[in-house]
Amino acid sequence: MVSIAADRVSVSLGGRHVVREVSAALTPGRLVGVLGPNGAGKSTLVRALLGLVPHHGNVTIDGIARTAMSRAAIAQAVAYLPQGQVLHWPLTVARLVALGRLPHLAPFSRLADSDHAAIDHAMARAGVTSLADRLATELSGGERARVLLARALAVEAPALIADEPLASLDPAHQIEGMELLRAEADAGRLVVAVLHDLTLAARFCDRVLVMAEGALVADGAPRHVLTAELLARVYGITAYFGEGATPMLVPLDRLR
Amino acid sequence: MTRRWLWPALILAMLVAGVLGVGIGSTSIAPGRALAALAGHGDPIERAILIELRLPRAILGLAVGAMLGLAGAALQGYLRNPLAEPSVLGASNGAALGAVVALYFGIAEWNAVALPVLAIAGALVTLAALFALAGRSESPLTLILAGIAVATLTGAGISLALNLSPNPFAAMEIMTWLLGSLEDRSFRHVLLALPCIAIGIVLLAGQGRALDALTLGEDGAAALGIDLRATRMRLMLGVAIGVGGAVAVSGAIGFVGLIVPHLVRPLTDRSPSAVLWPSALAGAALLALADVAVRVIPATNELKLGVVTAFLGVPVFLVHLMRERRLW
Repeated sequence: MVSIAADRVSVSLGGRHVVREVSAALTPGRLVGVLGPNGAGKSTLVRALLGLVPHHGNVTIDGIARTAMSRAAIAQAVAYLPQGQVLHWPLTVARLVALGRLPHLAPFSRLADSDHAAIDHAMARAGVTSLADRLATELSGGERARVLLARALAVEAPALIADEPLASLDPAHQIEGMELLRAEADAGRLVVAVLHDLTLAARFCDRVLVMAEGALVADGAPRHVLTAELLARVYGITAYFGEGATPMLVPLDRLR
Repeated sequence: MTRRWLWPALILAMLVAGVLGVGIGSTSIAPGRALAALAGHGDPIERAILIELRLPRAILGLAVGAMLGLAGAALQGYLRNPLAEPSVLGASNGAALGAVVALYFGIAEWNAVALPVLAIAGALVTLAALFALAGRSESPLTLILAGIAVATLTGAGISLALNLSPNPFAAMEIMTWLLGSLEDRSFRHVLLALPCIAIGIVLLAGQGRALDALTLGEDGAAALGIDLRATRMRLMLGVAIGVGGAVAVSGAIGFVGLIVPHLVRPLTDRSPSAVLWPSALAGAALLALADVAVRVIPATNELKLGVVTAFLGVPVFLVHLMRERRLW
């Protein structure tokens, strides 16, 4: 079980303050949604958590300063699914998912039975077992998104950071994707997902971090955080709030 | 999946190329006599031809070919660019400039190894320049740009030497060397080149996993635990030392490093790591065979190896690319 804590993390890219003093303690067994409009700094924040972008402030993984950890140790603790990944070689799906086992491979060794089991399991959970022998570069956008999710699951790390895992998925697969992330969290892992769908975020997340212009403007349980006032302030929209057991949040109009 | 016959076939091709390299030349020596000469009780002249002329040439053909093939595969994987070849980092041009300096100032006439030694020094100087330009960044793009800058500058140095050469013969000598050849290479050349090539091969062949992870981009690779900076460092050192050492003894031999990974890739699972060793083996076999072809093709002057690899390579490459892209 892994927890990740950010203490006043700031990122400047090209003189612009993309992330401003974000602090949050993320604990195991939770599904945490990161919300916010385009350009709010969501992706940069999660990249800063992983140390993929230079930043100010401290990040600790399980109480250990991330800067004191090796790349390999971070890779074993936190799996990462980047946004809009480009695949550079026409690998088969099975070979691509197998890349997720790299953090666990000892030097000069081949994939062990346990690795193959992890790969098969990850492909089954993401629903891409039937695609195993297809070339990943020739899949549809949605199929590829699920294959890349399988690649991240194959790491079997105690924490998973997924940047827009639902992009280009149809409604059924979006729900399936959220169920998968929910199950990961219920199994005791920490799952951080950058999301755009407010209803799915409200329905599946334990906690949402809402960002605007690089700052963390709200942090808490979705039903407390996602209010009409916040949506107006952050997204500049009005929304319909459905009453009932499952939260529903439908964006209606832009505020001008 | 990598084809099961790939490795045995490539090793066999390499052995055949090596045997042909020792067996075939301008003097024909029957296999029985050749074996006797190699075993130490044959005609001393034939023995000298086989051991002092053909054997180092065959060894260099295999080693240089392996280095170029591997460097091409590693660079294509690292830069994620199918057009990458061993010369993109400027090491080939740097080595060539060192050699040209040796020829220009007549240093090459003092000692047979003066030229390759200066060539290796040239490769190391370009490596230092590459470090200065791209040493701190993690991005492959910076490395390509720095490599192009260094390669162009050293290329300009070669042009300058040609421009200023005191007489046509000096210019001719430089041009001839630049065409690339393994003619009249001795065991001293082997001793100079082999350690460099061995270092290069070890550094590059060990990068398979990092190159595989880079299929997912730099963020993806870093999140899989790959130290991008260390990867880049090993790659730069491997290419500069290995390719520098190879070019120092052979001259500039084009196309092998570009073509070989493309020929091998469809026979593997196409991951960068799976292409590395087969590219080395195929490069060795290809260059050693081309060097045999050079000796067999009748011509008034012996054809230069670099010329033959380009002529053989380009059509093969084109046909192959068209097939791969399903244009034919």
